[in-house]
Amino acid sequence: MTAAPRAARGGANWRVRLTSGVAFRFESLLVLAILVVAMAALSPYFLSISNFLNILLATATIGVLAIGATFVISSAGIDLSVGSVLGFSGVVGCLMMSNLDLPWPLGVVACIGAGAAAGLVNGFLITRGQIPPFIVTLGMLGVARGAGLVLTNGLPIYGLPAPIVYLGQGRPLGVPTPVIILVLTAAIAHLVLMHTRFGLYTQVIGDSETAARAMGVRVERQKVYLYTLSGALAGLAGLLFAARVNAGDPTAGLNYELTAVTAAIIGGTNLFGGRGSVVGTIIGALIMGVLQNGLNLLAVPSFYQQMAIGAVLVLAVWLDRVNRSEGRRR
Amino acid sequence: MSLLEVRDVYKSFGSIEALRGVTFSVEAGSATALVGDNGAGKSTLMKTITGVHRPDRGSILFDGARIDELDPRGIRERGIEMIYQDLALAKMRDVAANIFLGREITRNVLGLKLIDHKRMESEAEKMIEKLGARVKSVKQIAGQLSGGQQQSVAIARALTFNPKLVIMDEPTAALAVREIEHVLDLIRTLKSHGIAVILISHRLTDVFAVCDRIVVLRQGAVIADDPTDKTSMNAVVSHIVGAA
Repeated sequence: MTAAPRAARGGANWRVRLTSGVAFRFESLLVLAILVVAMAALSPYFLSISNFLNILLATATIGVLAIGATFVISSAGIDLSVGSVLGFSGVVGCLMMSNLDLPWPLGVVACIGAGAAAGLVNGFLITRGQIPPFIVTLGMLGVARGAGLVLTNGLPIYGLPAPIVYLGQGRPLGVPTPVIILVLTAAIAHLVLMHTRFGLYTQVIGDSETAARAMGVRVERQKVYLYTLSGALAGLAGLLFAARVNAGDPTAGLNYELTAVTAAIIGGTNLFGGRGSVVGTIIGALIMGVLQNGLNLLAVPSFYQQMAIGAVLVLAVWLDRVNRSEGRRR
Repeated sequence: MSLLEVRDVYKSFGSIEALRGVTFSVEAGSATALVGDNGAGKSTLMKTITGVHRPDRGSILFDGARIDELDPRGIRERGIEMIYQDLALAKMRDVAANIFLGREITRNVLGLKLIDHKRMESEAEKMIEKLGARVKSVKQIAGQLSGGQQQSVAIARALTFNPKLVIMDEPTAALAVREIEHVLDLIRTLKSHGIAVILISHRLTDVFAVCDRIVVLRQGAVIADDPTDKTSMNAVVSHIVGAA
């Protein structure tokens, strides 16, 4: 399934061997390494276990979102609503637990369920309504953010049950819980994308929707599932975010869609669909995490960080273009 | 009873009437040509048979059972395969994945159905070998193959699952002379194995070379349906252009 031409087995092309089976872009690993070295040289605080754990913790939320983006973009779709849905889901879950005093497991279900519901609406509008994903999810970006603000009057909801706070701030064996959840989510997502029909059909729809349909793939149903999955993952990210800050903040996840899409694209998921890689996406998310962390340590104002993320997105797509025109390696 | 019976099928797209009461049938083990000018409704008719479109009116029977309510997956399960003019390949996937597209072999791992890449590769290799296709490895990416090789993959996909009817849409349009002979031989082989073929082609020499029956479609309706030995190239051409 993955791009491993037989010739590469001879050992001539170790790059292909390294990336075969997970299909991420080798260059992304290189970029991550260079970035780590550069930051270590620039800031004396960068190279420490606690800082690395900080980076991983910050990457966890974005990483979960970016995994959803990987699936949607692989299918030649886009989900711009994930940042807003993250905020909305966090708010819904927190309202359940704080204001309604419901048991925390229900709060977890509410978070993920609220995200999935928003994704389901996206999926139905895209397939039944035949409205382009860009427009539907741009609309949801506004609606979900607005809904979160309406539900809370624009104010954060404080005070979450202890188990939820542990989910965001706990450190079993020294590893932050959100990082463990990210790794588990990524492992399952990788298995699904690379080794199940669901994952294969996701990528084939992005490759050629007519071919997929002609060969009996139920394209519309698959798309509804995909946007629901993306929403559910945004809900999970919303839970992690709320748990970490111990509050349901209606402005949580603002502009996160930009970072999530960028992480997926840097990692080698094809912007125009057909091919995706969860491993690549995690590398991409780490690149964004290291970049933001490094800029923080260097005391670069956060306004510039937004600019940096935007520039990285455009740069990644441009590099992909250059690579392609130089001859298709895979 | 014929293998495939299309009865009085209508299909419109908005105000455009693509099919206006099409009736024809295909016998098992025979090759039927479907010819007509561009826009005559050939592709719509085939897509209606393969379940991509649903007829507005009329019925389609295959092996004696109605199939006009089925989706493409159901149609393939009944034993109808189509080789599309654009081949309908996933260009970023390898040969094995394309051959098994929609019918992946899976194995059960802890209740999860995982795709069995190894088995699909070995089965695909066998199929490619059987067809004598010149594809080096089933791990090659489909988009990187030549046009002829890509067609071999599409053909291999259509034949892997023992179809009863194979529909070919302009299979020779993009091929060199030698490759055309290969496709015509393939049609003869399929017939000898009892597999019916519907051939859509602009190349009447090909049609006359392998088909038992020629159906001419014009403006969404059948205007001629004759055994090949009871008609002539001239007659077919005049039916196509509407001179007769």
